[in-house]
Amino acid sequence: MGPISFEERMATVDFRVGSRPHITVETEICRSCTTRACVVCCPANLFVPTADGGILFNYEQCFECGTCYVVCNRSGAITWTYPDGGHGVAFRRS
Amino acid sequence: MREASDVDAVVVGAGPAGSAAALVLARAGRNVVLLERGPFPGSKNMYGGVVYGRILDGLVPDWYRQAPVQRYVTRRSTMILTDDAALTVDFRSGKWGREPYNGVTAFRPDFDAWLADQAVAAGALLVCETTATGLLRQDGRVVGVTTDRPDGELRADVVIACDGVNSFLAKEAGLHTAEGSAHLTLGAKETLALPRELIEQRFGVRGRDGVDIEILGGTSGIAGGGFLYTNLDSVSVGVVLSLDGLSRQKARPEELIARLKAHPAIAPLVEGGELLEYSAHLIPEGGYDTMPALAASGLLVAGDAAGMCLAAGIWLEGVNFAIGSGAAAGQVAADALSRGDTSMAQLGAYRAALETNFVLADHAKLRRAPHLVLSDRVQQRYPQMMCDLVEAMFTVDNPRPKPGLARLARRAAKANGVRLRDLARDAVTAARTFG
Repeated sequence: MGPISFEERMATVDFRVGSRPHITVETEICRSCTTRACVVCCPANLFVPTADGGILFNYEQCFECGTCYVVCNRSGAITWTYPDGGHGVAFRRS
Repeated sequence: MREASDVDAVVVGAGPAGSAAALVLARAGRNVVLLERGPFPGSKNMYGGVVYGRILDGLVPDWYRQAPVQRYVTRRSTMILTDDAALTVDFRSGKWGREPYNGVTAFRPDFDAWLADQAVAAGALLVCETTATGLLRQDGRVVGVTTDRPDGELRADVVIACDGVNSFLAKEAGLHTAEGSAHLTLGAKETLALPRELIEQRFGVRGRDGVDIEILGGTSGIAGGGFLYTNLDSVSVGVVLSLDGLSRQKARPEELIARLKAHPAIAPLVEGGELLEYSAHLIPEGGYDTMPALAASGLLVAGDAAGMCLAAGIWLEGVNFAIGSGAAAGQVAADALSRGDTSMAQLGAYRAALETNFVLADHAKLRRAPHLVLSDRVQQRYPQMMCDLVEAMFTVDNPRPKPGLARLARRAAKANGVRLRDLARDAVTAARTFG
């Protein structure tokens, strides 16, 4: 069995995506960041560097672990809340 | 004058801590609401992954006949990995395979839902799909929570925050003092499907017996470790990573799992396993010295929200500490309610209760362990040194005669930059910590 793609990896997880983005990223603040710890650490790989030095973020396949805001050293870059009740990740076999 | 409470108690989070707290309160005849933000209890939870059940005996006496157990752990291995070597201490116990059992593997969405059911059966009101968004406060005390439901204020004489490692409620109450990321690790895991018979062959177990392998090393120089354990017809393999190390090394969590799975000591055990679920969670590993204050007027904190995971190298536990602290919080809250006073004067008894049982006794005793276990010497140098030594001991290098063991030990220490005085100092720290 060959290695699976990241998309296939994330497809094993049940997400009940809510309409409200529970995490938002201020890409303007990210431009001044040199560490980019979120890009490396987010286990769901949701932080994508853009060509213009910002960060593209999508909340839909988030594990709600909290790693991104903990490793972020730019105040105000990440606004982090839990998804609205009933939404977000729903593990089954973990 | 305070507004009347809607209920006696609100427990936030239906994980092991919250369900234990709600169970105790309900059995004490209290009107308790158990809030869960997920669609069902356990839906937000993963771990790495043994439930030690002795603490459950007092709450649900025959839990091991009812709980959704994957396997009963009868074989516990501690494995030290270097790039291409492994040194394993492997222990089996027949006793652990018989009632009342020692530890079990379980899927948390199953196990947590089962424990929440016990609280419901005792009379707690479980409300899922409801996120607690903040604390209600009045006259310097907590008087309830706000939720994301319409008219979502819920007033209670006591709130028990079991809202997990991120515990925004305890933070809002100002109970946390530990800043930054040093006390947190990231756990990332794959659950891999394998036929039951193949698991029995590979891991050397029969029936419902199971294996738990805890791994030091194998994380590409990032402080942390790994784990591999058996479920009924799947295995779970994962890594635990210091956040600081992870951001420095520029290696991604799933890559590190892949590297662990490719290690010659691990690959034959997981080969061919099809990914059933990928998951991740933060772990509060800092121990005693990074715990928040555990109580405020009208508020108690338990489980991961109180930083109660025990990450002491040879012992890695969390669910039992969550249940132990949650049950104690429930009891203290019930006692305080019966006295009609849920101010700090009564809730302060919570800390004392935890100090007299294993929860804070273990944490206080092992308070130096997290620092020692995550040190560079324990993470890198000692594992390599021990594997070098054992490799040299058992490499037959004829026609050369066998070298003396003392010389081999000195050579292995020197090659890995281990100085005798560091070794002696760490041995003293370890003896004080674990002795």
